[in-house]
Amino acid sequence: MSNEQIERVTKKEYEWGFVTPIDSDIIPKGLNEEVIRMISTKKQEPDWLLDYRLKAFRHWLGLTEPVWPKVHYPPVDFQEISYYAAPKTDKDRPKSLDEVDPELLATYEKLGIPLHERAALAGVVGAESGGGEGLSGIAVDAVFDSVSVATTYKDKLSALGIVFCSFSEAVKEHPELVRKYLGTVVPHTDNFYAALNAAVFSDGSFVYVPKGVRCPMELSTYFRINASGTGQFERTLLVADEGAYVSYLEGCTAPQRDENQLHAAVVELIAMERAEIKYSTVQNWYPGDAEGRGGIYNFVTKRGLCAGARSKISWTQVETGSAITWKYPSCVLKGDDSVGEFYSVALTNNFQQADTGTKMIHLGKRTKSTIVSKGISAGRGQNSYRGLVRIARQAEGARNYSQCDSLLMGPDCGAHTFPYIEVKNTSSQVEHEATTSKISEDQLFYLRQRGISEEDAVNMIVNGFCKEVFRELPMEFAVEAQKLLEVSLEGAVG
Amino acid sequence: MSMLKIENLHATVAGKEILKGLDLEVKAGEVHAIMGPNGSGKSTLSYLLSGRDGYEATAGRVSYQGKDLLAMNTEERAAEGLFLAFQYPVAIPGVNNMYFLKAAVNAQRKHRGQPELDAVEFMALVDEKLRLVDLKRELLSRAVNDGFSGGEKKRNEIFQMAMLEPKLAILDETDSGLDIDALKAVADGVNALRSPERSSLVITHYQRLLDYIVPDRVHVLVGGRIVKSGDKSLALELEERGYGWIEKEVGAV
Repeated sequence: MSNEQIERVTKKEYEWGFVTPIDSDIIPKGLNEEVIRMISTKKQEPDWLLDYRLKAFRHWLGLTEPVWPKVHYPPVDFQEISYYAAPKTDKDRPKSLDEVDPELLATYEKLGIPLHERAALAGVVGAESGGGEGLSGIAVDAVFDSVSVATTYKDKLSALGIVFCSFSEAVKEHPELVRKYLGTVVPHTDNFYAALNAAVFSDGSFVYVPKGVRCPMELSTYFRINASGTGQFERTLLVADEGAYVSYLEGCTAPQRDENQLHAAVVELIAMERAEIKYSTVQNWYPGDAEGRGGIYNFVTKRGLCAGARSKISWTQVETGSAITWKYPSCVLKGDDSVGEFYSVALTNNFQQADTGTKMIHLGKRTKSTIVSKGISAGRGQNSYRGLVRIARQAEGARNYSQCDSLLMGPDCGAHTFPYIEVKNTSSQVEHEATTSKISEDQLFYLRQRGISEEDAVNMIVNGFCKEVFRELPMEFAVEAQKLLEVSLEGAVG
Repeated sequence: MSMLKIENLHATVAGKEILKGLDLEVKAGEVHAIMGPNGSGKSTLSYLLSGRDGYEATAGRVSYQGKDLLAMNTEERAAEGLFLAFQYPVAIPGVNNMYFLKAAVNAQRKHRGQPELDAVEFMALVDEKLRLVDLKRELLSRAVNDGFSGGEKKRNEIFQMAMLEPKLAILDETDSGLDIDALKAVADGVNALRSPERSSLVITHYQRLLDYIVPDRVHVLVGGRIVKSGDKSLALELEERGYGWIEKEVGAV
């Protein structure tokens, strides 16, 4: 494609950049033990959790920021961030949706996320399947700055024994489960940002699906950063007991600001014997403007443990937002015959940088993993795939298939691939395929010659390129992901 | 009525002049064949008319259905009924053939102020056109041209042409690399679309295709200009004698 073509298609504005005028309770900037005690007190946490936070904080003090990712940014001043911001009304926590601040509900309406249970059924599922009662909607947990403001369909889910609530609530209502699993997959010593998160995490979602239960609806969490000068540090913990199944989706947006805001989350997944977890992410944090000002620093640790035999964890991510993304959703395949999957689309436009990929750690016998990564670079975007496939000595007969494709749009962007492979036995099989291509002028001309506009033609080609990943997303979100990609690419054709 | 009128057209590709004063007129309902040796400017002409980037007219005029063709962008030309059957149709992985066709049909309808076809109406049109063009139905549910054989790609081009019902179809060496069955199938598709309102420009190297698509006029393109025109017998003469004698006759290379 020519430069003008790229220019025309990839210039589009971020639609979710508004700020909600809401009274917030924000603690002063800075990070020390006092701040951590303050967060813990605000959340009325038990002592064991405060101790966990302090232990993590002390460990974090001895760590330095990782410099190995292929991303460049000025150093983050951790004393210039406020670590807790909550809508004021949270002081008397809403008992039901009716008590949620209307401004908040309006915000989620604007984002297209229905927090009313009936609306969720009629609006999202009804359109596809003709409506109908029962458990076929999408249950939503909405996290606004540092707190969860609403969780829908809780009652219906709890009738099946499924726990779906905010992390804070889980600490109060199900302390034994939280205590048993917290930090077992991503320990507080894991890395710089995981340690920081363990010290200051505010809210997030908690899911527990009991033995043999197949969760009948999509569970999802929407994260929204609203307050200025704050960071978001959510923590999500998802446990699927023996033979359970759950599909979970997270989405995220933030206002448009000149400052960079830090988002350092930790997600832990645990799948017991024969359990299956499908975890999908549509990440659309504010990416910064066309000159590279502002945007979210998205430094996230996500890992799943296939603890039991024949368990399966599947990560699907569509990453279009953030100024900088640093994220490697991984699977530890401990159970024999367990399966790990990673499907990713990462798009960088303007000055965005992404260093993303996965780690597949094969420990169990005959464990299997699949990696499909699609990187799209436009503008001055830099996109790196970084992946590790490690097959331990005892993981006999393990198999991995990796495919990394990069699509370049224009002369100023970059695509990089860093695959690491470690195989410690001779009975395993590892395949790696990689391609790099440009949006070809031939393809663009072909579509335009049939009457399709240049912009639609680019979107069609890019969506075609991402198809293997999109088809892994729950149907409703595949459409959302496609639209997001179009918006993120507007003005970028090359 | 004049469908296409080209006057004194000069065109460059990457700074090099390829078309050097080309004149051609095609009336509605006519089929014209353009023949010529390699490098004479046949493909340049088809790309220039369809508006490919990098193909630039430096002098002359092209009037299409009374409008200034060169002032329109690529997709406008398509929506105005100009269709190019590609010599080498490109594959577009991951893009479903049917989805692509529906997008194309509806983009053109929208341009013409017609209502877009819904899925049911579109499928009815597909069924109707599949009776005209011999194309395996399963190819419609695959990605555009992805993994198609040479013959399947060309049939797919003709099927697209049938679906889009163009006013002016340019077939750029559609016969190249086809076996006789595929050639006949392509020709049947083209002939089925012949009508008093439609014109075709058949660009070819060999006269073989013209046994099946009988042209009203045959032109010889040499050195970026039409140097000789005649009826179908000119194609037969070229088949027999090659291009050398014409090149000598006009003193051009």
